[in-house]
Amino acid sequence: MTQISPVFKREFLGYFRSPVAYVFLVVFSVASIGLAFFVGGFFKANQATMQGYFTFYPWLFLFLIPAAGMRLWSEEKRTGTVELLFTLPITTLEAVLGKFLAAWAFLTLAILLSLPLAGTVAYLGSPDWGVIASTYFGGILMAGAYLGVCSLTSALTKNQVISFVISVVACLALLFLGWSVFSEVLGSIFPVWLVDLLSNFSFITHFDAFTKGIVDPKDVVFFLSLIGFTLFLNVVALER
Amino acid sequence: MIEVKGLVKTYGPKRAVDGVSFRVNRGDILGFLGPNGAGKSTTMKMITGFLRPDAGTATVDGIDVTVDPVAVKRKLGYLPESAPAYPEMTVEEFLGFIAEVRGFRSTDAKRAQVDRAIGLTHLTPVRKQTIETLSKGFKQRVGFAQALLHDPGVLVLDEPTDGLDPNQKNEVRSLIKAMAVEKAVILSTHILEEVDAICNRVIVISQGKVVADETPASLHARKPGARLDEIFRTLTASDV
Repeated sequence: MTQISPVFKREFLGYFRSPVAYVFLVVFSVASIGLAFFVGGFFKANQATMQGYFTFYPWLFLFLIPAAGMRLWSEEKRTGTVELLFTLPITTLEAVLGKFLAAWAFLTLAILLSLPLAGTVAYLGSPDWGVIASTYFGGILMAGAYLGVCSLTSALTKNQVISFVISVVACLALLFLGWSVFSEVLGSIFPVWLVDLLSNFSFITHFDAFTKGIVDPKDVVFFLSLIGFTLFLNVVALER
Repeated sequence: MIEVKGLVKTYGPKRAVDGVSFRVNRGDILGFLGPNGAGKSTTMKMITGFLRPDAGTATVDGIDVTVDPVAVKRKLGYLPESAPAYPEMTVEEFLGFIAEVRGFRSTDAKRAQVDRAIGLTHLTPVRKQTIETLSKGFKQRVGFAQALLHDPGVLVLDEPTDGLDPNQKNEVRSLIKAMAVEKAVILSTHILEEVDAICNRVIVISQGKVVADETPASLHARKPGARLDEIFRTLTASDV
């Protein structure tokens, strides 16, 4: 497992060796904060919370995380470096973990760049720091789950566009299951227990609790097991 | 040092490698000849543990690559075809990454290995350049530097002189020759005179099968007075 660290380091710094990191960080910050101000009514709500900022996370992640994750394996396959990587003394699991953790750390950085917003809230009022901390924690966990899906789909193809599209569709499915509008449609067709069961697989259902300041072990377990499951499939896809 | 027994690899209905067996000892430079698509690269990929053989074994220093791939990869230096490398990294960063994965973690040890590899392959003038800005000849040398960075006992080189100008070809050949004294080297090529220049053994492979395994002198003796490419054409006639 000591082999994870060079892979992690190369991958993480790799974002900053190309314009990818800067473009992504700027777009992420502008989009997330723009949505909070102009759609979420961040100031208009007149409350010292970050609710208006975090509400859009599941939707924002839907497009931005596949954008960050699509290159993880597709790029290696396209340029042939995958052959180099897998003839170095590294196991597939170490390579998958190293790259995943690097991308996750990068996304965490993007999320934490919004901290000045929390500072603004604190300057204007007295927010509940517990809620803010739990929401950040939940946001980072959810980013990991999205990224797990994207890392997997990226390992299936050497074409980044295909990788992006499949990632978005897969994440969209996981998102829609818990979206109230969609559940109502499902509710008119299927029995309630089935709709509840399906919505248990959704990002929104599990992220919601965090935004209310509740860190429920079952939500944490959901995100972590989704990460574990997708990374396991990722290893299988690469070793095939 | 390298022992290959009955290797088989099938892609769909096509048998890319069909029962290839041979041995390479310390001090040997084995030239791997064959038309494009004959199975040279596939055989090399199985020896280096990138592809899993459908049948047969490849062992390096007595270690079976399917049983302990990481141990084999530690002993090997491998230059994949067209020398893939991470384009956004500089030569120094890239070789530094390889050094870390190869276990040279301390700054001094890493630096020593990188400097040695850069010196051997004459990369000093471009060490601070990103790989994507390099000419084909330099890229090829970066791949070569990566393969010999840890001074491995076994070198597997897939078309090491491809894309080099005549002077560079000469240089790479003399480098291989100088190193081979205490190493086992396999190199694939379709430049026939290369075999005469550096190899002390030749294997000709056609449609996935070994059709000749001998010294360059006895290959010449098959048709006295004929040029090497005529002999090659006769041997691989079935592969057109």
